[in-house]
Amino acid sequence: MTFFLEVLIGGLLSGVMYSLVALGFVLIYKASGVFNFAQGAMVFIAALAYVTLAERFGLPFWAAFALALAVMVLIGILTERIVLRPLVNQPQISLFMATIGLAFFLEGIAQMVQLWAFNDLSPRPLTLGIQDQPIEWLMNEFDILVSSFDLLAAAVAGVLVAALAVFFNRTRIGRALRAVADDHQAALSVGIPLKTIWGIVWSVAGFVALVAGLLWGARSGVQFALTLVALKALPVLILGGFESIAGAIVGGLIIGAAEKLAEVYLGPFVGGGIEGWFAYVLALLFLLVRPEGLFGERHIDRV
Amino acid sequence: MALLAINNIEVIYDHVILVLKGVSFEVEQGQIVALLGANGAGKTTTLKAISNLLGSERGEVTKGSIEYRSERIDGLTPNDLVRRGLIQVMEGRHCFQHLTVEENLLTGAFTRSGSRTQVRSDLEKVYAYFPRLKERRRSQAGYTSGGEQQMTAIGRALMAQPQMILLDEPSMGLAPQVVDEIFEIVHDLNEKERVSFLLAEQNTMVALRYATHGYILENGRVVMDGPAGELSSNEDVKEFYLGLSGSGRKSFRDVKHYRRRKRWLA
Repeated sequence: MTFFLEVLIGGLLSGVMYSLVALGFVLIYKASGVFNFAQGAMVFIAALAYVTLAERFGLPFWAAFALALAVMVLIGILTERIVLRPLVNQPQISLFMATIGLAFFLEGIAQMVQLWAFNDLSPRPLTLGIQDQPIEWLMNEFDILVSSFDLLAAAVAGVLVAALAVFFNRTRIGRALRAVADDHQAALSVGIPLKTIWGIVWSVAGFVALVAGLLWGARSGVQFALTLVALKALPVLILGGFESIAGAIVGGLIIGAAEKLAEVYLGPFVGGGIEGWFAYVLALLFLLVRPEGLFGERHIDRV
Repeated sequence: MALLAINNIEVIYDHVILVLKGVSFEVEQGQIVALLGANGAGKTTTLKAISNLLGSERGEVTKGSIEYRSERIDGLTPNDLVRRGLIQVMEGRHCFQHLTVEENLLTGAFTRSGSRTQVRSDLEKVYAYFPRLKERRRSQAGYTSGGEQQMTAIGRALMAQPQMILLDEPSMGLAPQVVDEIFEIVHDLNEKERVSFLLAEQNTMVALRYATHGYILENGRVVMDGPAGELSSNEDVKEFYLGLSGSGRKSFRDVKHYRRRKRWLA
């Protein structure tokens, strides 16, 4: 029983890490109806910006964090100006293709920066001052191993989700963001300035990417592989729904728990290694049953 | 002094397609002016040229000027225009489908920096004009009926506290009864809130009943204008736009008919 609990909790907590990345996708999707292929690259470049500032220039945490955030906001604003603005009212597939281009561009820039700052492309360690170690109290009392770092990640994700949910549902800007996602032209016609709105949303997505990048970087080192984390966010999004902030969290928890449990309990029957692909199978099955995800918006058609 | 004055504007799409070939007209404060004409005459393009929504469709005003309260407004962003009290209700409603009716209305107040209570009281005012919206305020706009969506779209524009609304084809796809209901409300808004309307309509009969003045567009030109009453009693307008004529059904062998029609399309 304790073993089951330990696997479950470990899975849930690692799921939260996926949620963090998925959140960035949800933000952009909610505000422009576009799947932002460049989200993984943004996570990488955010983490790299922080590491460069903190280690190459020796800045303290808050200064490096603030500057890295400024870099992400700048990237967000430039993206709006150079990539998105010429594509207003164009088919969403064009916007999607543009984000693929953006992904390659950002990945290239990031590697150039890494070479310039550290002279090699090997993973850079990133320390946040919290050890990835089991909490002793839980270990002694219940004999369960839970990493304190995972708990921190979960807390951060929880706060982010709550803040974003309030932002989207209760504020004037949040409402405008959702309006833009539904209908660009109508949003323009009531005087919502698309430029400002997209600038804001890409900046917020940059912020989320920075948080995700810091936590993922602290876990597995800042390296190019961070861009692939985005692939793990995909099944999370399919499960939770592309437009739902709550869905990103719930989807992450389900994926995280399911892949760990599958690895432990089903893995032995097929020789292990389930963890790598189980999430995608789950997402595939889910698509058959509920293509809009658990909390996604249903497509409304008038007949 | 006219509230809105359009002087000889020309609109070109994609740098080649000339859609408006010198359109001029005026809207006085407190008027309801109808832009009439068939499909492709240039009604929507005219409205979008005024509200500057052409950019995203690769259209461009290449000649002429647009003045609102004696001030050039061509080149201002829609955001600026809404702030100045000029707002468009687009053809085909264009509600935000996944937002509730009330959220749709609130997006209309985006440009206003007014306090929460001010916005609240405006919301109540909109509900007073459209009681049906109050009943449906919590439902997603995508699931409401066509008439309710048109009301939502007009109500949303009202939340910006406009002086002038550009209303594009409000009758589209609606039952005749609902069309009358919508036009009654437009009439009320015009009388009580002193909102001026520029109305693009294919439903000439209804439009002329509520409008004070009408302009008829054909192939990107104004071919006729006059007070609404005069237009609706004009023989040509009756025949070509209202489907009425003195002598009952027309035969296509009637050459005179063609000649008269040709004068319109030249």
